[in-house]
Amino acid sequence: MRRVPTVTLVAGLILLVLVLGMISLMAGRVWAPFSAWSDRTDPRWAIVFLLRLPRTILALAVGAALGLSGAAMQGYTRNPLADPGVLGVSAMAALGAVLTLYLGSAASQTWVIAGGAMGGAFIGVLLLMALSGAASSTVTFVLAGVILNTMAAAGVSLALSLAPNPWAVNEIVNWLMGSLADRRAEDVTMALPLIVIGCGLLLLTGRALDALTLGESGAKSLGVDLAATRWLLAAGVALTAGASVAVTGVIGFVGLVTPHLLRPLVGARPGALLAPSAVGGAVIVLIADILVRLTPAASEVKLGVAMAVVGGPFFFILLLSRRRSLA
Amino acid sequence: MRLSAIDLHLTLGGAAILKGLSLDFEPGAVTAIVGPNGAGKSSLMSCLAGLRTPDRGEVRLGDVPLARRAARARARRIALMEQSPQIAWAVDVKTLVGLGRTPFLGARGLAAEDHAAVARAMDRADVARFADRPVTHLSGGERARVLIARALAGDPQWLLADEPLAELDPGHQLDAAVLLRGLAMAGKGVVVTLHDLTLAARLADRVVVLAGGAVIADGPPRTALTPAVLAQAYGVEARLSEGRGGLLIDVTGRHG
Repeated sequence: MRRVPTVTLVAGLILLVLVLGMISLMAGRVWAPFSAWSDRTDPRWAIVFLLRLPRTILALAVGAALGLSGAAMQGYTRNPLADPGVLGVSAMAALGAVLTLYLGSAASQTWVIAGGAMGGAFIGVLLLMALSGAASSTVTFVLAGVILNTMAAAGVSLALSLAPNPWAVNEIVNWLMGSLADRRAEDVTMALPLIVIGCGLLLLTGRALDALTLGESGAKSLGVDLAATRWLLAAGVALTAGASVAVTGVIGFVGLVTPHLLRPLVGARPGALLAPSAVGGAVIVLIADILVRLTPAASEVKLGVAMAVVGGPFFFILLLSRRRSLA
Repeated sequence: MRLSAIDLHLTLGGAAILKGLSLDFEPGAVTAIVGPNGAGKSSLMSCLAGLRTPDRGEVRLGDVPLARRAARARARRIALMEQSPQIAWAVDVKTLVGLGRTPFLGARGLAAEDHAAVARAMDRADVARFADRPVTHLSGGERARVLIARALAGDPQWLLADEPLAELDPGHQLDAAVLLRGLAMAGKGVVVTLHDLTLAARLADRVVVLAGGAVIADGPPRTALTPAVLAQAYGVEARLSEGRGGLLIDVTGRHG
């Protein structure tokens, strides 16, 4: 495939984001054309600016967070099957968030849940690196992910079965499915700064990820500080994946699919893939959220579920096409 | 600047790999390190490149211990070519060669002089013809030459190469040998590990024979590679003779 300069690619994707953003503000159960935006007395004004605007911003932020953390994890592990979902980081974040349930009334604060989610994600990344070790093959990483996912799922089940009351259980199960519905402005003000900082940290790893194309010792011989890279990655993924999970629950496959689609366009260089994956992830989540909103159903299909329905088969095909190189 | 290993001791997983090894390398010469499997050649190379810290002893570049130099500064002076490394992504050849410029890059990525250095390195290693091909589509020999170009792109004072010629056909082996000799003539230091003893004898100014983590012979090829040394190092009988292109080493059988 022809290589596209990174700047052109990112600019094109940003243009797409702007167009989709406009559509996202207009589309839904109630159609709100541009003409309805300026009149504050129109009930549709409130729908656009109090409901759809925070939702759109969150979709973009979470998409960017997941796309970028997927690209960074794939670059670091040198493994196109890596992303926060597959490697169990999102599940650990969910476990961290669910555990805040036991803090009582404090748990209703958004930042407590966010703290729990980021703590879980951070521990998840550290465990992942410890489990896979220095001689990190594709297989050890995927196995480490399986272990983390299983442990986190068991922890969540345990927490749910010991939950203080059935309403809390219902609330959590709903949240775990991953959705952008009914998000408020304070969700945005909490998650957005964390995601921006996390994305900033991850973007700093580009040069090291490029050098890692030659393997760990290759990168070290080129003067790359791998310990610093590891900490940047752990902190960046913890912030981005943790904050995303805290506001939207677990939304899988974005981090897996986005870098995979964009890789041929940037000539496979992992550092060049970072920025486009962030914008591309935003595009994918926003499209998915618009589709979910427009799907006629009694109650809205959960975004996380919709992603899994589409992403599962994609992951399957990806594995099949890579069977040769993995064998 | 001289590269010296001083009393290196290294233990990996309970096994002593290097046992008090001391060697001085002078620039302007090609040194071949030979020895049986497990002799500690690759471990020595990664110590020399500063990738591995020995348990005891140190490596010095000039008068400064390698461990005290910043990683970037070290990487500008010493290039390491590993033995057939995995290349993780299907990047094109010039991108891969460009990775050799990593220790020189500022915030803005490859500058004009970096591109010039990459082009020069690709010319010297004879890979400019497939600069735009993905590395995953190359033959083993082409890949090996691309890795040579990668190492040359940083214009290092020292080139440490682990089996750089193993995957090359005889023609390109000769080209690569000429290239390595040329680097030494230009005043660079070249240290290679080799399994092919005849090639080592013809390519190198100096041969170091390692066995069991220690130096058992060190000197010009004709002094270092003797039947007695080869019997001790490899446990083989060998006959040495003069061929048209230099020393010929013919392994005739197991020793004893």
